[in-house]
Amino acid sequence: MTSATTNIAPRYNDDVVRLFTIATIFWGVVGFAAGVFIALQLAFPWLNFEPYLNFGRLRPLHTSAVIFAFGGNALFATSYYVVQRTCRVRLWSDGLALFTFWGYNLFIVIAALGYVLGVTQGKEYAEPEWYADLWLTVVWVAYLIVYMATIIKRSEPHIYVANWFYMAFIITVAVLHLGNNLSIPVSLLGAKSYAVPSGVQSAMIQWWYGHNAVGFFLTAGFLGMMYYFIPKQANRPVYSYRLSILHFWSLIFIYIWAGPHHLHYTALPDWAQTLGMTFSIILWMPSWGGMINGMMTLSGAWDKLRTDPIIRFMIIAVAFYGMSTFEGPLMSIKAVNSLSHYTDWTIGHVHAGALGWVGFITFGALYYLVPRLWGRDRLYSIKLVNVHLWIATIGIVLYICAMWVSGIMQGLMWKSYDSMGFLEYSFVESVKEMHIFYVLRAMGGLLYLIGALIMVYNFVKTVKGEVRRAEYPEIPAYSKSTEVTV
Amino acid sequence: MLHHHAILERKSILLLVLIIVVILIGGIVEIIPLFRMQTVIEPVKGVRPYTPLELAGYDIYIREGCYNCHSQQIRPLRDEVARYGHYSLAAESMYDHPFQWGSKRTGPDLARVGGKYSDDWHVAHLANPRSVVPESVMPTYGFLNHNQAEINKIGDHMKTLRLVGVPYTDDQIANAYNDAVAQAHTEDMDDHVAGLKSRYGDKVNARLFDGNPDMVTEMDALVAYLQVLGTMVEFPTAEAVKPQSAEAPAAPAAAHTPSAPAPAADKPQEH
Repeated sequence: MTSATTNIAPRYNDDVVRLFTIATIFWGVVGFAAGVFIALQLAFPWLNFEPYLNFGRLRPLHTSAVIFAFGGNALFATSYYVVQRTCRVRLWSDGLALFTFWGYNLFIVIAALGYVLGVTQGKEYAEPEWYADLWLTVVWVAYLIVYMATIIKRSEPHIYVANWFYMAFIITVAVLHLGNNLSIPVSLLGAKSYAVPSGVQSAMIQWWYGHNAVGFFLTAGFLGMMYYFIPKQANRPVYSYRLSILHFWSLIFIYIWAGPHHLHYTALPDWAQTLGMTFSIILWMPSWGGMINGMMTLSGAWDKLRTDPIIRFMIIAVAFYGMSTFEGPLMSIKAVNSLSHYTDWTIGHVHAGALGWVGFITFGALYYLVPRLWGRDRLYSIKLVNVHLWIATIGIVLYICAMWVSGIMQGLMWKSYDSMGFLEYSFVESVKEMHIFYVLRAMGGLLYLIGALIMVYNFVKTVKGEVRRAEYPEIPAYSKSTEVTV
Repeated sequence: MLHHHAILERKSILLLVLIIVVILIGGIVEIIPLFRMQTVIEPVKGVRPYTPLELAGYDIYIREGCYNCHSQQIRPLRDEVARYGHYSLAAESMYDHPFQWGSKRTGPDLARVGGKYSDDWHVAHLANPRSVVPESVMPTYGFLNHNQAEINKIGDHMKTLRLVGVPYTDDQIANAYNDAVAQAHTEDMDDHVAGLKSRYGDKVNARLFDGNPDMVTEMDALVAYLQVLGTMVEFPTAEAVKPQSAEAPAAPAAAHTPSAPAPAADKPQEH
């Protein structure tokens, strides 16, 4: 699909992709570090420094940094890279594309500063206040224009499947963002605003948004990534074209309905809860359709799983995707939810998806991209990719096991009765029991962060043009003359 | 049938439009009917908009991200009703823009925390949670004692809320500042307390929440907010069983629950 010949630099705009790639790596480290810190705050509360560094202000900083800063920049980088190659055309406007880079990252800085200063709308994953939301709207419209205009002027007649997913991601996130952020500022000179809907309606709209931030930001967009980078890295075609059509349309149709499973047994009307549960269970099928399509792309090339740690990253990512999209429907069943909701089980579930799926598919794509974007023949070290893989995998397993145990234990302790029919445990007894699991969770997160730092080291060396001599004895020292830009 | 899909794969705008149609359906079906208020929010007596001081407290609750660790939504499950009180009604959050139901209980639910603990307990707990609950992992909020509550412009906040449907009267908005100051004092200290009660009802808590008469602090505002949570609707108390524990505090919210014998199980005194 892509032409790998040298000296065609002007053909594609990779400058902006490089910028987004650097931002992805930078925010990834920031977001993971923030996560480790707030995990430690829950284990050791003296790590809260009031008022600016209290958990309540830093937790949105962590979630925004990993979802919107790390994930968002990764989606920008890969979507711009993929759309140019699969449409065989340069981005529609270099200027507007560059604007999306500075504009989007300015949004992140504005939002993050706001959190620390206590500026928030008080809605999970939609914390930025009205002025930041307006700015993001401008940036997002520019993104949609760049992306669609590039597709419209494509020289390849057929729109590749990865682009369907990126399109669905961009347009749906726009709809969700506008729908969930309707608010009226108290003053045009102040940060504070009040949401238009209230109570039960604001809850439903928030989780329509919140669940589809997962469904379209963290799933559809990253499936776009999967559909390009797994076939490229494995050098095999996508397993099933029909399956990609079926699972694309069913996924985007069904995901939107699943929001109410965040509101089981609340004051939301029962019919809405039941709809949410039903569609969440149905959602299992299209999710696994995507998983099968990604994994089976390796058909005939399974040996690469042994030899190529980048493929291993991608396939483990898809495996985690399959695991968390099974766990999700399970937790959306009301009976299960009555135990799991409000507990750490939910946190574990989210991180199986976020660390395992979103993180790993991004790492895989980054390991594919960085040498190509900086015109290097190979990564500095493949062994270090493998070290990153295993440290991060152990970190995830530690994290999610700790949260499973603590979550289920919380749920059971809250529901225990003594022989007289009274509640057996006070709330704070359950808090006390969580301590060891919060420590283990922080250790898991720390391993994940260390893995990412190893990746950064590998990339710095790669961009400098160095190779690890022990791994590539036959390769001559790097010289400027071999530099290519594709 | 799938071979017709090739058409879509060549027409980018058509593909985009179809995606938009497909993703709108679910949201429309689930969200639009909820705005038919009469079926979604059962009418109950007692729910009123927040007083200016309580509203300032609600703003602080949001600013500090309390919703990250505390829910305000009691589910109709046996253990939750026993632990926290009557399950939450839709009407009880109808003036919250936005809702603060939360999604995680790192700390306990707060939907009915109002009246469960004394003001002194709240002030001590917020300043240093571990001074009253040694096992707590909550951050400290001592700075609330030193910050003046933002009540100078609280009337503007109420005007904005009126725009989105909260029924504040002109009288309430005009007296917002005085009402906020009055609520952080007692009747013998502030002439406006009577006015406050005439506008918001006799049940309004007006007192020195933080014990400091010189300044209306953010601590006053947040405690005033916490103390009203879940207390607006009166649930029948006739059949309530008294808590068995001798150590139970004076005002058990669990007495609101007609069916469940409530051991005051989440009280820090038990440790």
